[in-house]
Amino acid sequence: MKSVPSGQTLVLIPAYNEEGSIRRVIDEVKSLYPGMPVLVVNDCSKDATVSEAKLAGAEVLSLPCHLGLGGCVQAGYKFAYGMGYSNVVRIDGDGQHDPRDISRLLDRLTSSGVEMVIGVRAPGATAGFRTSPLRRIGIAFFKLLLRPILGRRVSDPTSGFVAVNHRALELFSHTFPLEYPEIEALVVLQRKAFRFEEIESVMRPRLAGRSTITPTKSIYFVLHVLLGVFANILRYDGGQTRPRGR
Amino acid sequence: MERLLFLLSILSVVLMIVVLRSLRRERLRVEHSVSWLLAAVALFALSFSPSALRAAGEWLGMGEPAFALMFAILVVFLGVFYRFSRVVSELKEMNITLIQRVAILEYQNEQRDGQDR
Repeated sequence: MKSVPSGQTLVLIPAYNEEGSIRRVIDEVKSLYPGMPVLVVNDCSKDATVSEAKLAGAEVLSLPCHLGLGGCVQAGYKFAYGMGYSNVVRIDGDGQHDPRDISRLLDRLTSSGVEMVIGVRAPGATAGFRTSPLRRIGIAFFKLLLRPILGRRVSDPTSGFVAVNHRALELFSHTFPLEYPEIEALVVLQRKAFRFEEIESVMRPRLAGRSTITPTKSIYFVLHVLLGVFANILRYDGGQTRPRGR
Repeated sequence: MERLLFLLSILSVVLMIVVLRSLRRERLRVEHSVSWLLAAVALFALSFSPSALRAAGEWLGMGEPAFALMFAILVVFLGVFYRFSRVVSELKEMNITLIQRVAILEYQNEQRDGQDR
């Protein structure tokens, strides 16, 4: 694989049927960060996501089969790792994440030395997008569950607005959950004694489309993630786990 | 009990024939036929061992040897299903890797073609 100059950051946008919003998200990123390459990983969309992304000037990696969010994000991580990118910022293609916060995530990533920085909705924030009650219950449940596992408090373990450095990129290229990856990814990090930080970020309403997580699916989501979390705890890691905490 | 054991022997022979036919027609790979053939042989052997079933029934605290037979069948097929779940999981893992690899290679090919033009 041809590599990129060192120190470069890739903006990664996993997308599945995001034709209504993807162009505006890419335009926003490109206008704010003109030199930063944008890669859309298309998870076999059935609509015009690919053409919209290409029209906006993004590079598009198209998966030949639908893999789900985790598989889609991991394809982007593998690509970025193979190309030699130093950092990757992942944002959603529906416009919920504010690209203006990308620079803040990257600044914290480099200044703190942690492997991952997560953009989370400010606790008690009234501005911007309000999450659904069901999601709030899910977040509260997983916050409680993760606290003893991670040995620290997490504000929003479901946020997909993340910046990762080269070390996390290498890890996630090899190990990354297939479905609903955000929560399990935190446990994967913890098992390798990698650290993460959270910074407050504005969450906006979706520009278009609907969330794929319906009330029925959310029950499956909870069970799947619970099992995934415990599977990651049980997984043999060669005794490389560092003490818990920050 | 004799009728049940007779049916079991017929069933195991039918299972063996179906598996061997699938192998001949290349609908089943050799490595995946082993579990089914072993299951068929185990059931066939059980169908000719009423005394073993009776002893197993007594040991398990079941009055009827037929229950011991059902229990043995359950254990055999649980083993087979578990093995196939592992095979499916491995295949899925390989599929994910391949799909991601294909996407990256296709992207690189497109880039190369674009540069050549």
